Formats: sequence, structure tokens, C-alpha cells
Amino acid sequence: MSDIHTLSVQDIIKPENLVYEKTKLMTDKTLSYCPGCGHGTAHRLMMEAIEELGKENDTIGVAPVGCSVLAYEFMNVDMQEAAHGRAPAVATGIKRVWPNKLVFTYQGDGDLAAIGTGETIHACNRGEQIVMVFINNGIYGMTGGQMAPTTLPEMKTSTSPYGRDVNMMGNPLKMTELIAQLPGTHYVTRQAVHTPAAARKTKRAFKKAFQNQIDGKPGVSFVEVVSNCNSGWKMTPIDSNKWMEENMFPFYELGDIKVDGKLIEK
Amino acid sequence: MGELKLMKGNEALAEAAIRAGVDGYFGYPITPQSEVIEYLMAEKPHDRTGMVVLQAESEVAAINMLYGAGATGKKAMTSSSSPGISLMQEGLSYLAGAEIPCVVANIVRGGPGLGDIQPAQSDYFQSVKGGGHGDYRLPVLAPASVQEMSDFVPLSFDLAFKYRTPVLIVSDGLIGQMMEKVELFDTMPRLTDEEVTARYPWGTNGKPKGGERRIMTSLDLDPHKLEKHNFHLQDKYRTLEEDEVKYELIDCDDADYVIVAYGSSSRIAQKSIQLARKEGIKVGLLRPITLWPFPKKQINALIKQGVKGFLSVEMSAGQMVEDILLTVGDRTKVAHFGRYGGVIHSPEEVLEALKQKIIGG
Amino acid sequence: MTEEIIIAGFGGQGVLSMGKILAYSGIMQDQEVSWMPSYGPEMRGGTANVTVIVSDERISSPTLTCYDTAIILNQQSMDKFESTVKPGGVLIYDPNGITHFPTRTDITIYTIEGAKLAADMGNTKIFNMVVLGAYLKVKPIVQLENVIKGLKKSLPERYHKLIPLNEDAITMGMKNVVTS
Repeated sequence: MSDIHTLSVQDIIKPENLVYEKTKLMTDKTLSYCPGCGHGTAHRLMMEAIEELGKENDTIGVAPVGCSVLAYEFMNVDMQEAAHGRAPAVATGIKRVWPNKLVFTYQGDGDLAAIGTGETIHACNRGEQIVMVFINNGIYGMTGGQMAPTTLPEMKTSTSPYGRDVNMMGNPLKMTELIAQLPGTHYVTRQAVHTPAAARKTKRAFKKAFQNQIDGKPGVSFVEVVSNCNSGWKMTPIDSNKWMEENMFPFYELGDIKVDGKLIEK
Repeated sequence: MGELKLMKGNEALAEAAIRAGVDGYFGYPITPQSEVIEYLMAEKPHDRTGMVVLQAESEVAAINMLYGAGATGKKAMTSSSSPGISLMQEGLSYLAGAEIPCVVANIVRGGPGLGDIQPAQSDYFQSVKGGGHGDYRLPVLAPASVQEMSDFVPLSFDLAFKYRTPVLIVSDGLIGQMMEKVELFDTMPRLTDEEVTARYPWGTNGKPKGGERRIMTSLDLDPHKLEKHNFHLQDKYRTLEEDEVKYELIDCDDADYVIVAYGSSSRIAQKSIQLARKEGIKVGLLRPITLWPFPKKQINALIKQGVKGFLSVEMSAGQMVEDILLTVGDRTKVAHFGRYGGVIHSPEEVLEALKQKIIGG
Repeated sequence: MTEEIIIAGFGGQGVLSMGKILAYSGIMQDQEVSWMPSYGPEMRGGTANVTVIVSDERISSPTLTCYDTAIILNQQSMDKFESTVKPGGVLIYDPNGITHFPTRTDITIYTIEGAKLAADMGNTKIFNMVVLGAYLKVKPIVQLENVIKGLKKSLPERYHKLIPLNEDAITMGMKNVVTS
């Protein structure tokens, strides 16, 4: 009989038995995200990266409008809530008057790639020294599953109930490839958080992005996270992750797109 | 005595921004106020005081840059003209809701729509009644000279930080483009990062060591909490109405009639008053300096004093006149005279309107 | 003393800068001044005009419908502003390019061959200073030494070497203004 069965609750919570600890840069507030959603993981990985870099007191984050509108409730650093799509402009304002602080935006696909396209492209083109995090789940989650600029062709949403007809509704927008072309971006990568291995990679990407800013590397460090929306996609969490691997990843290919200011040759 | 210069109103505003210790100016060119950002770029304020100047990609971006910078406790400013200010209304609502201090100057031009680029005062409603969505007010200062374009910049920042609110400077193409003698105030040093942190503990500029993180937001999904926040905002606006009304009276002591006019219109009306007095008509001028809060008490005092009629003179179809009417009611005569669409009224036609609408009417 | 002036001509004739130098001269002798230009698309290659007021008192309206003096440098401006001179006022014009001469008899009319004199002096850019000289001869509202001080204030340092030339141009204008 192994020892584990003899461990009481009192034993488990002993410091020497600690195997995992929630970063203190996440608050104790219960996440408002649907069970199975990738937002919570992305939040935690970002906050772990900031904590490990020792920047708890030097970080200002900007939350978007969308599912993560309440990100500031969960991220335990100084936070500002921006108007829909304007986070890169808000972050520009902060960084320009506090050049030594770490500034990041956290936005969804509607915020970053639809209403805020102008702010996204121009912040990237000016080469603002900020970290931009882009959560792409191909749908408007908060408002109930409408079509996003990133919705795949033929994908059904509440505003494309018969599937996205690209001739009528336009094509999905690869914002990350688009901004990678701009000289103002320094590091551009696309990751995922649906498996432990993917999450570990994403954390490394966050850390690299923030380290770039700490080191004063010129330009934006941009991390896209392709994520699921099991509620919006009307699937179980497990099915949604499978669907994401089969449908989203072939279109939104994972991996680094630009490193140290140079596009990766494919 | 400070340095004397001949400057355009727009240039005086820009120079005052540098001298007032502004940390960041974010703007987008539009006639008739492009001299503001042109002057700032030419002056290299970063070398002079450390002030940052950035040309944004749009007025929408500019106002949100103010949100970011202002929410950290730094002094942030922008300027634009009517169509650009319309684009900023969303941002102003958020700034008012989140209680972020900043200063926004509107060098008003003719509207509606793209309108023209000549002076107008048709953004009065937008300035004093809210402009964006939600229940909020902004203190609005209306300079009537190039000197005031300079002096009202530090004055606006004082109000902005005292009350944690955006403050509007509402001028127009005439004051912006005109040159006058201006006595420049001495440069005030920008606050250091440490001073900002100590003075404005609400500023989101990095969580204090051992302290709680700060959140700058206009969102509260709990209606009862949001109502409480609105009560707080309304209390602030009542205090502003009580304590911060500014106005100027000219020749009102013996006046039978009073012209109410602000900004450029008040300058033209001064000439009309001179013309009237030459004809033996006793006319005075009430010049609101704060358009909101509006000098209601002063209007009441003038009625008590025996003033027999008020003529609102505006380069608009009649906007401020509504606030005069709200104050006066049916106690005495109130009328409006205005030219609009960028047409400036002449001193002579103002006098004629006074005779027709107030004295004879 | 309050002097209300309109200066009007083509863009590029130095209308706005003449007004600016006059305004600066007023500041140099502790007077109140205002300078209000026409602005906008009409400025691009079209007509330019500026209202300058110099006064011992606080200036009321910076825009006016009638003037003590009109300085007119092209036909379009003549058509527009001859009628705006107050009775008893002054109109100064350069006959170069004028086809319809002023006809009013209740004002004093002067001419200055500004364009010709500037060309004779070898620099057409000082045209506006010749005209300013003519005006100051007729209406000495500011002293010449204050005009020079005003020039120093309004010109960037690198142009200060041109101040003697400008002074010569003003003198030339003063000598050559004639009643028409």
C-alpha cells in the first residue's frame, strides 16, 4: 500500500508537499469564463511570466471589451479598462509617459481585429514598446456567438447561421501575419493553451515578449493565442479542442512568425 | 512681467502646454487648429521639459492615448476641431466615467458634418450637455483672447486634477488663428515620476510595493454600485457648480440691457456695446468664462439689479440661449442673435439685433 | 488712439507678414494689438487679407466691417475693400495691376509704386516693406525704431542680416508715397 493513501488533508497542505502554486499575480476572484475556455489559462501564464520576471510593481495592463472585459478583476497588477478596440492606443499613452514600465494589452479578435484594427496596425507600425496579447477564438463570445473577423469560412455563428459565406461576408483576417509584415513589430508568434505542452510553449512566448520589452527591444512583441470557445461553438470543451486542432490550426498555423525583428522563412 | 510675444491663439495654447508641465500631448491635425501640433513638433518640447508629443492615427486613438497617460496620474492633453471632437466623444464619456484628468481643446469650426473651417460656436450643446453617452458633465472654459488661450491651460489642469475630470477648452477658429500680444507665464517643471506616484495614489502606474493594485475603469456591471458611482459623480458636479463658476462683467453697473456672449462673440459684442453707448443705449456684457458650470447666479443678480432684457449672441443657431432661458424663465425678456456656418457677426448687426429683439421687441 | 487697418492683396505679396511686423511694432511701444487673417482654401494662390488693430486700449472685436485705413495691393481687394474705409479714412494702394481706380471722394487716397520700387532696389521680396513705409509716412502710429525692434522679434535670427535692407525699403516707401 503506497503512502499516498495515508496522507491526510493536513499532510497535503504542508509546504514541503507543495507541487503547484497559483501565482500571486492572479486574484482569488472566481473567473467569469465558461468552464473549458482558454482565457483563464492564458491569464495565468501571463501573470506567471510577469511574476517570474520580478515585474509585479512595474506592470500596467490594459483590458479590452469582450469576454475578457473583466480581466482586470483577475490580473493582480495595475490595470486599465479600455474602450472597445482602443487598448493599443491606451497602452501607447501609458508607455510614452512611463517608458520604463512594462505595458501590455490583452484583447480578443473582435477588439483587436475588427473595431480596433486601426489602433492595432498603427501601434504596431509605430513600433510601440509594448506586449500585445491576442486571443483568437474565431467568434464573439461575450455577446452570444456572433461572427468575428477571424471566423473560418463556412463556420456557423449566430450572424452566419448558414455558415460564413466569404463572398458575402468577407474572408477571415490573419491579423498576426499582417502585423508581422510591419517594421514596428519585433516578435510575433502564434500559440495555443489547450494542452500542457502548448501551455508551456505559450508561457515561454509570454516571457520572451516581456523580456523583449524589459531589454528595450524596438517594437511590439505580439503573442496570438488560438483558443476555443466551447459555448460559442456549441460543443463540449473536449470536442471544441478537437475541432480547434482540426479546423483552426490548419488555417491559423502555430509557431513563431517573426523573431528578433526577422520574419521566419517557411 | 513674463515674456511678451505676438502669437496665434493656437500657438499660445501649445506653448502654454509646454510651460504648464504637460507630460504628453497626443493629437491629430485638423484645420483650424493644426498649428498646435505643428508648433509642438517644431519646439522639441522633449528637450525643453521632457514632454512627449505624438501624432496619433486618428482623433479616436488620440483621446484613448489621453486615457492611458491620464490614468497613470500624468498630465495629458489633446486638441482638435469640431469633427475631430465628435470622434472623441466616446473617449470623453469613458474618461468622465473613470474620472481621469486631462485637457481637451476644441477650436470650433462651422458644422454640422464636415461643415467648413471658419469660426463657429455651434458645439456648445456638445460641450456643456455631455456630448458622449451617460450622465456626465465636463468643466468647459471659453477663452476670449490669445492671452486666455495661454492662461487657461494651467487653469484647466488645476481643475482636471482637483476634480479628477476631463476639462474642455472651447475656443474657435477666430481665437485660434488670430495673433495678439500674450504674456507667457514661467515654465513650471514637470512632476517627477516619484512626485506623480506620491501625489496621485489612484494612478495606475505600477502596483505599489506591499500595496494593492489599482484599477481604472468606467465599467461596473452591478447597477446598484453603478448608481452609487453616479451619485458620486453628481456630487462632484454640484460642487463644481457651487465653486468654479467664472465670468466677466463689462459695463453692467448701469446697464438696462445685457448681452450674454462668450469667446469670439464676446469680443465682437464689446464693440457693439461701445457703439450702443455712443447712441445713449446702456448695454452691458456678461461673458461666461465657464460655459459649464454656467453663471446662473450672476444672471439672477442682473435681473435683481433691474436689467430689462438679455440678448444671447452666439455664432450658432441658438444654443447657450437655452441655458439663459432656463435661468431667467419668464422674469424678463430673452432673445438670441446668431450667425452660423462659419459666418462671424459684425458689431453693427449685433447692435441692430439688440434694438429689434430686446429694446423694441 | 485706436487704428483699425485692413491689408489685402494676393497670397505671396507679404500681406500677412506686413501686418505681423506692424503688430509687433505696436507691442514694442506697449500698445495692444490684434492680427486676424483670412484663412483657409482661399489663401492658396488666391487673395489674402489681414485685419490689424493697434490701440492704447483693450481691443474689442478683432474682425471689423469698416476700417480707418485700407492698404490694397490687387484689383480684387480694391473691389472688396474700397467701400469699407470709414469716411475721412485712408486708402493706400499700389497702382501696379489696378485697372479700376478708386473713386471715393470722402477719404484720402494715396498711391505707392511698391512693386516697381522693390524691383528697382533689386529685391521684389521687400515689396511689402516699401508699402509699410508708405503707410507709416501717412499714419505714423508706430516709430521706425520700434518697427526695427518688431522686425528683430518676428524674424528668425538667420534673417537678421536682412534688417538693414528692410529698413531701406521702408525709407524708400516713406519717400515715394503720393496723394492720388
